[in-house]
Amino acid sequence: MFWRIEIKEKEGHFDALGESAKRDINDLDLRSRAREVKTVQVYHLDGELQEPDIKTICEDLLIDPVTQEYDYSGSAEAESRFKVVEVAYNPGVMDPVEESTKKAILDLGIAGIRSVRTAKKYLIKGDLSADDIRLLAEKVLYNKLVQHVVKDPSEVSAEPPTYCFKLISVDLIKAADKRLKKISRDGQLFLDLEEMRTIKKYFVKLGRNPTDCELETIAQTWSEHCYHKTFRGLVKYNGKTIDNLLKNTVMKVTKKLKKKWCVSVFEDNSGVIRFDEKFNICFKVETHNHPSALEPYGGAGTGIGGVIRDPLGTGLGAKPIINTDVFCFGPPDHSYKKLPKGVLHPKRIMKGVVAGVRDYGNRMGIPTSNGAVLFDENFVGNPLVFCGNVGIMPRNKSFKEAHSGDLIVVVGGRTGRDGIHGATFSSGELTHESHGVSGSAVQIGNPIQEKKLVDTILQARDLNLYSAITDCGAGGLSSAVGEMGAELGAEVELEKVPLKYKGLRYDEIWISEAQERMVLAVPPEKIDALQNVFKKENVEATVIGNFTKDRRLRLSYDGNRVCDIDMRFLHKGAPRTVRKASWKRPRFSEPRIIPKKDLTGELLGLLSNPNIASKEWIIRQYDHEVQGGSVIKPLQGINGGGPGDACVTRPVLNSKKGIVLGCGINPDYGKIDPYWMAASVIDEALRQITSVGGKLDRCAILDNFCWGNTNKPDRLGGLVRAAEGCHDIALAYGVPFISGKDSLNNEYSAGNKSISIPPTLLISAIAIMDDVARAVTMDAKKSGNAIYIIGKTHDELGGSQYYKMKGYVGNNVPKVDTPTGKSIMESMNKAMDAGCVRSCHDCSEGGMAVALAEMAFAGGLGMEIDLSILPDSAHEDIKRDDTLLFSESNSRFIVEVENEAKFIKIMKGKPVFKLGRINKGKIFKIYGMSGDILIKSDVDRLKAAWQRPFKNM
Amino acid sequence: MGKIKVIIIRTAGTNCDEETAYAFQLAGADAALVHINEVTRGERDLNGYHIMAIPGGFTYGDDIASGKILANEFKFELKHQMRKFVKDGRLIIGICNGFQVLVKSGFLPNLNGSFESIEATLTINDSAKFEDRWVYLKKGARGKGQGASKDRCVWTKGIGDIIYLPVAHGEGKFMPGNRDIMKRLKNEGMIALEYVDENGRKKGYPHNPNGSIDNIAGICDNTGRIFGLMPHPERHITCFQHPRWTRKNAKKEGDGLAIFRNGVAFAKKNL
Repeated sequence: MFWRIEIKEKEGHFDALGESAKRDINDLDLRSRAREVKTVQVYHLDGELQEPDIKTICEDLLIDPVTQEYDYSGSAEAESRFKVVEVAYNPGVMDPVEESTKKAILDLGIAGIRSVRTAKKYLIKGDLSADDIRLLAEKVLYNKLVQHVVKDPSEVSAEPPTYCFKLISVDLIKAADKRLKKISRDGQLFLDLEEMRTIKKYFVKLGRNPTDCELETIAQTWSEHCYHKTFRGLVKYNGKTIDNLLKNTVMKVTKKLKKKWCVSVFEDNSGVIRFDEKFNICFKVETHNHPSALEPYGGAGTGIGGVIRDPLGTGLGAKPIINTDVFCFGPPDHSYKKLPKGVLHPKRIMKGVVAGVRDYGNRMGIPTSNGAVLFDENFVGNPLVFCGNVGIMPRNKSFKEAHSGDLIVVVGGRTGRDGIHGATFSSGELTHESHGVSGSAVQIGNPIQEKKLVDTILQARDLNLYSAITDCGAGGLSSAVGEMGAELGAEVELEKVPLKYKGLRYDEIWISEAQERMVLAVPPEKIDALQNVFKKENVEATVIGNFTKDRRLRLSYDGNRVCDIDMRFLHKGAPRTVRKASWKRPRFSEPRIIPKKDLTGELLGLLSNPNIASKEWIIRQYDHEVQGGSVIKPLQGINGGGPGDACVTRPVLNSKKGIVLGCGINPDYGKIDPYWMAASVIDEALRQITSVGGKLDRCAILDNFCWGNTNKPDRLGGLVRAAEGCHDIALAYGVPFISGKDSLNNEYSAGNKSISIPPTLLISAIAIMDDVARAVTMDAKKSGNAIYIIGKTHDELGGSQYYKMKGYVGNNVPKVDTPTGKSIMESMNKAMDAGCVRSCHDCSEGGMAVALAEMAFAGGLGMEIDLSILPDSAHEDIKRDDTLLFSESNSRFIVEVENEAKFIKIMKGKPVFKLGRINKGKIFKIYGMSGDILIKSDVDRLKAAWQRPFKNM
Repeated sequence: MGKIKVIIIRTAGTNCDEETAYAFQLAGADAALVHINEVTRGERDLNGYHIMAIPGGFTYGDDIASGKILANEFKFELKHQMRKFVKDGRLIIGICNGFQVLVKSGFLPNLNGSFESIEATLTINDSAKFEDRWVYLKKGARGKGQGASKDRCVWTKGIGDIIYLPVAHGEGKFMPGNRDIMKRLKNEGMIALEYVDENGRKKGYPHNPNGSIDNIAGICDNTGRIFGLMPHPERHITCFQHPRWTRKNAKKEGDGLAIFRNGVAFAKKNL
């Protein structure tokens, strides 16, 4: 029998969800406002359930007896006064609460339950037309990719049809070029003509057509997402041919540096470095841009969920201990009217992405401790969502090897139709049609399923029950089994894969990117013990095949062969792409800014600039302290603090050893010159590490390139320059890359116009710190202490936040002088070890003025800064106060010094210049080069400006 | 006697189990992490332990309502074991999600002593979102009614006037079922911890981070042995966890450790 239950807050109880939906609705600036929004939770229960069962279920499980009441005969709320929007999940989309609710009903001793589906009803009061309601529902209440508005509440979602096997082959061997292109396009394979021809040749030789499954497998393996064909291909640039850009730049640094503490680099699912005598640490950062553009909540959630499985799938499995997240969005105040067709508003994307990372990370119990958020007009159609994860594992669990004869076991969640074509879809551009055609590419996450997976895998690991592990990420089983069996061969019986619902075709089972699954290689004699570990904690572990030794990939469904191809062809057979690259430095107009005598307003403006303003709204929604290891947190100082440079975490609670994490990113520099952008963001990431007390000689970095369509020579030319910048700067700093990832094709095409994101490189830095008690924060500590600037300032306002605020880009992008930068960072370490540095902040967006202001208000203390006491050598080419204050020159730090004599002695020979002192009161003052007062403000006013923009999100 | 034995219950979505175990170890106890399935399947007996801790997390995803599904496992499946555990004078602490579980299963405040009725709840924060922030806490008044008792809660005995701990939750607003329940909690001194500002005064948000009625952060039952709180004492056991330890105003030991010591000391003395 079918029951519909509605649950609402009792009269007089605050409906927090309704209140927050009201805020989102009124953000839309419709003609009229919503006066009131109430929410009603709807459960559809199906099974052998009688009325007394339903009463028990409602009273003992579904309602909170203190605040809620229920109704199963009609509507819980008198609805005539409201406009009603009921949102339910689309058929085939996993309802995240179904599994746990079923379990809880069984716990009540009620056995007849078959299925649980939920919906949410919004009751809205206000002068809103039916069109308004339709619009606001679409904008803020649901996402049509995964949900729909229920038209008739008695409608029950139809059972998915059962599947009858039918082998489908694709007529390829006789296809001409035009037809090959059509096959690729229609099948969402995203393969180019050259690749299609290669596949054709292979099957002509076999004398048969490929099955759809074979073609999908090849397309997924050869996708940009999985194969990195741009980075590994041939690039013609400046009259030379670069054979494998990755090997010639990023990986070359690591090879040349030969760091002994690099354990496994560019090999496994994440980069592995040594932590101490017992443990290794691994780190990986991924992007999830296209899914987050379409379905921000699910896209970002599965982004973090996916990257957590990378350390979990590294070696024999690492325990995830820290998350990082970096986002690039369109401006939050973007006009709704000017949004390109098919694009969600940046604010909606931002709120959804933050909520997605929050709910997944928090539920996993992993602290999200480091990150950044940036805004630019060119991210409107294509936001960037970077998610990172650090894991820890015993040293002797750092390597894996599958053997022929090992069983292939899939563990964790069940396979559904979610995430079909994710790998190939992310290799193309977004268009206004992406919402329609690529809907199934978006996955829905279930963090508790993944938490169970982590809990059980680590137990099985410590019992030595498997010989290899990898995650089911992009490409699903196809990618996981294909990679693990590349040197061996594999045989899989697809009908054995546990499914969420009936009706999946064999090829869908194979390429589905359903979340929360891992693949293990298990020696047959250990299978019982292994399955027992998972069974104990209600996690499925299913044998679906075995690894062979003939290097063939064989798949069957109910005894029918559906795929039989050579692993060598699959992994090595792709034609190498040859791409042309060229780069010409763009010329931006040189800003003309009339010098002002009072720069207080400029400083306040910068502090309120969304790129600089406080991200406390986001930081507090993330549990950044779970696991108990947080030592240096994202916000530092008093009363909401100031922005910390890097975070420090103690992964082993009874040890003083710590992990330092920082990141550098700056798309504004990328617009001018990707080489110097790469240089600057490496410098920034390393400055952050140095600021809190980390050291270069125990520091490693990760690269994440997000670029436009690199089939276009100018985009690819920029990528080559950025990769060269990575090589030169990282090598000079002596810092190896240990892992990386690229996401290309970040363009949005509307009509015949294609808008590329600015070239964007994220550098994530990780360092090991011997004693966390030596860590330094950025908040000013004590009045009377001296303030110094370390490093010289140049006229480098190109791409600065100061120019951006004035509507310019400029040309003087900051450069990096690595010998000086390195010696500064090393002497900073010495000064900190000697205990002379009470606080330290790196100069980045907004230059020294913003850094000084942040230190002052983070400590709640005033400052008196005098630029006239700086010698000319501190700023040789600068004549203007605003240039000196807001220029973003690299390798600079502001430090608070208690013992000046000792500090000067340690820093001898370095570019160190006194700027002033910390004051007793709360007044922040800066005198200009001529000695006139330039900036004067109460620190509380500065702080209010910094906190204002995201305060009431 | 030997070491005090603590059972730390974990299940799908528990995530503060290891640091809670570490806090109990620092307090001198033996702590075992045990999956609820081992208990419900009869492979492990609760009554082999002196103290039970239900740690923070999102058990079963907090689906339906936070802590509800695990609460029902305690309430229905483990009914007899749990009642014996309490009647035998053993101790229970529920932290964050664990507090939600104790309240939603009827073990707290359990004013009528039947373990049957749900007398209060922890519901969605007034801010409608999850927040991680540090809060100042003070012990509630001893009460003045018939059942008033000084230091009723054995877990908060002798802690400082004001302690500082982090909260990290989205559903932590404490609400009593009705006015009488609130009155009894007050009169009988069962309000173990209240949110205050750094000077001990009751202030609104963000000092009270969730909108809890009368700033309630933690309560105990009338034996004082069952204690639930939203803040995380296990996240402040050393000075390095304090958000401003680099300003050199933090003590070496964190404020949360005393709570674990109290529980272990009481068990040692009385069990």
